[in-house]
Amino acid sequence: MSDKELQVRDKRELEGEGERTKPGPVFVPAVDIFESEAEITLLADMPGVASENVSIDLHENQLTVSGEVGLLTSDKEEYLLQEFETGTFHRQFTLSDRIDQNAITATVKDGVLRLVLPKAQKAKPRKIEVRAG
Amino acid sequence: MTIIKWRPGRSGHRFDPFSEMQRLQREMHRIYDTLTDSQEASRPAGVYPHLNITEDEDNYYVRAELPGVNPEDIEITTQDNDLIINGERKIPLEGEKVSYHRREREARSFRRITSLPNHFDSGKVAAVCKNGLLTITLPKAAAAKARQIDVKPA
Repeated sequence: MSDKELQVRDKRELEGEGERTKPGPVFVPAVDIFESEAEITLLADMPGVASENVSIDLHENQLTVSGEVGLLTSDKEEYLLQEFETGTFHRQFTLSDRIDQNAITATVKDGVLRLVLPKAQKAKPRKIEVRAG
Repeated sequence: MTIIKWRPGRSGHRFDPFSEMQRLQREMHRIYDTLTDSQEASRPAGVYPHLNITEDEDNYYVRAELPGVNPEDIEITTQDNDLIINGERKIPLEGEKVSYHRREREARSFRRITSLPNHFDSGKVAAVCKNGLLTITLPKAAAAKARQIDVKPA
């Protein structure tokens, strides 16, 4: 195999972290995170997750991203080979910058979540006039 | 053979025997399935992408997770009982002025060949890629379908 080919990696399963209300496996999505002057962008691989099944939560500086994958097979199907499992994707990040919560945008395309987090305008310096009493 | 990862209890995390049991149970099921299944192909192959193959009365279904792969960049070929999935995952550049904090996603080409246990009708194979999940439906050839044979009294 040439080193130019995509290497297979097992899905990373989430360990520890509280108890979940829903049974089933939880996976950690692979992400790219990059930053420009104006915003932070997060890309997360969540195959099988439709846009309506993504939930994004930003509380203080804690960003939580999760996505649900429904059942892929019908009742009548029987497995001949199973190399991957599906379940919930879940990942949490702590952001160091202040984010403008109202301007966050999220899109899902081909199973990749793109989350754009615009940085909040820094408090502008203000000159305070002293008036004579 | 499946190798089970040993996960030591990390300090700071409460050991949860129930989730550990659930995990173990799923792992055992998988090992059991691997051992009892006569198919040679039931070991996960170390080739991208991972595949799930199922069957019902009429079809075989092959599924793969291909997040971020444009459906136009996937090429599916069939030959006898073999199914070949070729493709490329492209990750576009995000401008020059960005600095990366994390880069876990990879852009590369892939090629996976798998064999179905029996003949399928190669003229009627259908493939759909939705939300980064590829589903290939391969109708079983008439000869591969289970048939019930009536026993007539002599």
